[in-house]
Amino acid sequence: MVAFGVIASVIGIAIGLAIDWFPVQGSTQGEKIDTFWDVLIICSVPFFVLVVTVVLFAVRDFRMRPGQENLDGPPIHGNTKLEVVWTAVPAMLLVGLCTYAYIVLDDIEKAPAKGPERVVKVTGEQFTWTFEYNEGGKKFKTAQLYVPNGESVKFDVGSKDVIHDFWVPAWRMKIDAVPGITTTYRITPKRLGNYPVVCAELCGLGHAFMRQTAHVLDKAAFDRWVQQQVQRTAGGGAAAGGAAGGGGQSASADAKALFTTGNSAGATACGGCHTLAEAGTTGAVGPNLDQVLKGKDEAFIRESIVDPKAEIAKGFPDAMPTNYGDALSGPELDALVKYLAEVSK
Amino acid sequence: MSVKLRNPGWYRAGLYVVLAAVLAFGLSWAVRAAYGHDTYAHFLDAESIVIIGMIALPLAFLVGIGCFDYWFYWASGRPTRPEDHSGHGAHSWRDYFRPNTDHKVIGIQYTVTSFFFLFVGGLMAMLMRAELAQPGRQFVDASTFNGLFSVHASVLIFLFIIPVFAGLANFVLPLMIGAPDMGSFASGWTAYAPLSTTAPDGQVFFTIGVQFAGASSIATALNFLVTIITMRAPGMSFFRMPLLAWANFSTSLLVVIATPFIAASQFFVLLDWALGFNFFNAAKGGDVLMYQHVFWFYSHPAVYIMMLPGFGIISEVLAVKARKPIFGYRMMAFSLLAIVVLGFTVWAHHMFVSGMQAWIRIPMMVTTAIIAVPTGIKIFSWLATLWRGVLHLDTPMLFALGFLTMFTLGGISGVMLAMVPLDIHVSDTYFIVAHIHYVLFGGSLFTIFAGVYYWFPKMTGRMYDERLGRIHFWSTLIFFNATFAPMHLIGVQGMPRRVADYADQFAGWNLAISLASFALGLSTLVFAYNMIASWRGGARASANPWRALTLEWQVSSPPPVFNFDQVPTVVGGPYEYGVPGAVHGIFGPAKPAEVKATPAGTHAEPVRE
Repeated sequence: MVAFGVIASVIGIAIGLAIDWFPVQGSTQGEKIDTFWDVLIICSVPFFVLVVTVVLFAVRDFRMRPGQENLDGPPIHGNTKLEVVWTAVPAMLLVGLCTYAYIVLDDIEKAPAKGPERVVKVTGEQFTWTFEYNEGGKKFKTAQLYVPNGESVKFDVGSKDVIHDFWVPAWRMKIDAVPGITTTYRITPKRLGNYPVVCAELCGLGHAFMRQTAHVLDKAAFDRWVQQQVQRTAGGGAAAGGAAGGGGQSASADAKALFTTGNSAGATACGGCHTLAEAGTTGAVGPNLDQVLKGKDEAFIRESIVDPKAEIAKGFPDAMPTNYGDALSGPELDALVKYLAEVSK
Repeated sequence: MSVKLRNPGWYRAGLYVVLAAVLAFGLSWAVRAAYGHDTYAHFLDAESIVIIGMIALPLAFLVGIGCFDYWFYWASGRPTRPEDHSGHGAHSWRDYFRPNTDHKVIGIQYTVTSFFFLFVGGLMAMLMRAELAQPGRQFVDASTFNGLFSVHASVLIFLFIIPVFAGLANFVLPLMIGAPDMGSFASGWTAYAPLSTTAPDGQVFFTIGVQFAGASSIATALNFLVTIITMRAPGMSFFRMPLLAWANFSTSLLVVIATPFIAASQFFVLLDWALGFNFFNAAKGGDVLMYQHVFWFYSHPAVYIMMLPGFGIISEVLAVKARKPIFGYRMMAFSLLAIVVLGFTVWAHHMFVSGMQAWIRIPMMVTTAIIAVPTGIKIFSWLATLWRGVLHLDTPMLFALGFLTMFTLGGISGVMLAMVPLDIHVSDTYFIVAHIHYVLFGGSLFTIFAGVYYWFPKMTGRMYDERLGRIHFWSTLIFFNATFAPMHLIGVQGMPRRVADYADQFAGWNLAISLASFALGLSTLVFAYNMIASWRGGARASANPWRALTLEWQVSSPPPVFNFDQVPTVVGGPYEYGVPGAVHGIFGPAKPAEVKATPAGTHAEPVRE
């Protein structure tokens, strides 16, 4: 039985380590958490194997055979030595794991040893994120997250309405966005690319669609992006937050595509929540646009997009993101308004 | 008719409910008029009517059906009708729909009602899995989906697991400790859960529903404590009590201490929601995290409320079916109490990513890990109980063994979640969903099935169908794992919970999970059929088909109205299997002959299907 248990444990651990559990590892914090997971697998599998093995062998060796219907087992009431062992060994193992967990936690939350750290202010609202930068005294807001590779960044997270949770699975870290307080964590990205930003705390009807993108750029590209943001902000007016991140929208935006898929700057798809016959969307979170926009002028439509709280359709929640003014470029907004006015006549 | 309306019963209950509805409308209308608010354009728009009605209607129902008559008569100086227990026992199925003070009737009312909610909650899970079978939205919209998982959890926690344990214990416990009935008179009023008359939907329904469920939980728990402390049979010292009695004792301590906290948290929510008190409105100086602390201070101990009675059931089933004494009985009892104490020190492990003060995470991590030690003691003691026994591998035993392995897995993922660095990543993902279902399904529900099969002959006087029982076990075990095991993986990979839609990368696993969950749902139909058909037409059960030593098996199946024609005297431990001539209880010195009928190992062939 012992041999069976050892072999099964080794196989179990091998399988546990071979499974590709995690998403892409995008931060130095992720390295330590993933290693910690491996240690947990190594410690856990033998316990499960122990229980299953004892049950299986007991069933094999001690099951009632014909003729034993009235037989009882030996009246063993306990064994103090054994009970001390199975109290003390797990306790020591658990204290060991807690110590290791404490060291890892301390490590992944520590501020970088040298140099100033970039702080990005993250604000959650139903159902979108806004990111505020302060680059050398120049402040600007975007609807997409951009960070330079290899530099520690601290997120100050807050919320305008209910509790959200700011999570980038590739970075492994998450924290709730709580109204009234500021919560924080820090990561050091170590891999270029685009990763989903996910809201991990149920925040209402649009929770499942509260998704944006985190872009990790090399230092030079990030600096160029900052320059463009600073110019855009200095130039005034709402423009595309993501124009420099690749995939910026051209002036002659395809309004119907915009309606059904959103843009890369953080404007979520209108059709995710709204029904519009012409675009073939069937969302039911918000009002049916074929009905509520009928006979409305362009000014009303523009206001409804930029400032959705101004007038809320009866029977529907106050759930529409308020960032379309920032996330849509001027031409995009114009095109969308024109399109909606056309098709809802 | 007017007599029917004046005497307690369904007619008067109906009348009082109507009166309460009128009162709810009138009160709301009058107060609004007095404050100069608009009166409602349509009465269905009126939230205040709904709230007052939610509180008034169930109370009116209970008053109408006669739960408080004794107190009203006493308060008004009229002659009370003394409780002569003439209403005890159930003679036809209709008797299960009347208030009753017989613990056995209440136990069955609780248990059957709870299983009804198991099917309701299970159907909701099927609907969710249907939606989640593919990415994108197919069957239900986001609003319905959010409602489904909220109600699924509330129904199964508050209306299934907690009350079904109370139901089984209500039936078995007094028999087990040699009491003629449960302790206090009021035990009857919890039997008709007011929740069963109002569909729980929406925040107010949940909030007020929790108040009623909480109040009935506390009443039941006090009742258990009183019964266990004061009504044990002569000779039944604490260390001669079956572990089920220990488990319910521990659980009741948890309920009495912890439940007021969830009542408080839900009152705060109700006052915030209905009257604008701003307890949790940060903009008006409220504190959002306070709700979570108060809520989890109850809801974590509640996890043990949903687990400890199951531990008790497993101890009973394993000892009897392995034909051996429970290994390390005293450590088993003390580890229950250790879990009660430690259970109050771990609540903030639900809040590692909530933004609370960072330092709290470390002590909460340590206590959470340490609570695995008494739980581990129980697992290892059960394993040692199996060793060298004579294992009767019938349905209750299979579910007990299934519990041992599946609950271990849930315990291991629990220790993983206790570790803060890992919890930061997997919090609010499907890893949590997997963990909670391994604990509550693989853990609690398996023990409930084990207990229902084990006591079915005692409760109904009939044997269940063993073949169907085995089919039920194997299909449940297989499809349970097929449903919930992959959730560990997609959780770590980054699929958040509580979403109606998800990234395409998770599509394959979700389809497999959905299909397995439908099969899991079908497997419970085997159980339902077995229970109903066997209750109606199963073979007659003998008094003690399992050759068990505990007192409930020493009376007829089903037991007589007052449980024991003679008060038993307890002379030994409850699990002395294999000790020659061992007896747990004797029925008075007048009939020593009965003593000889039950020693372990000498009884006649048990009655089997």
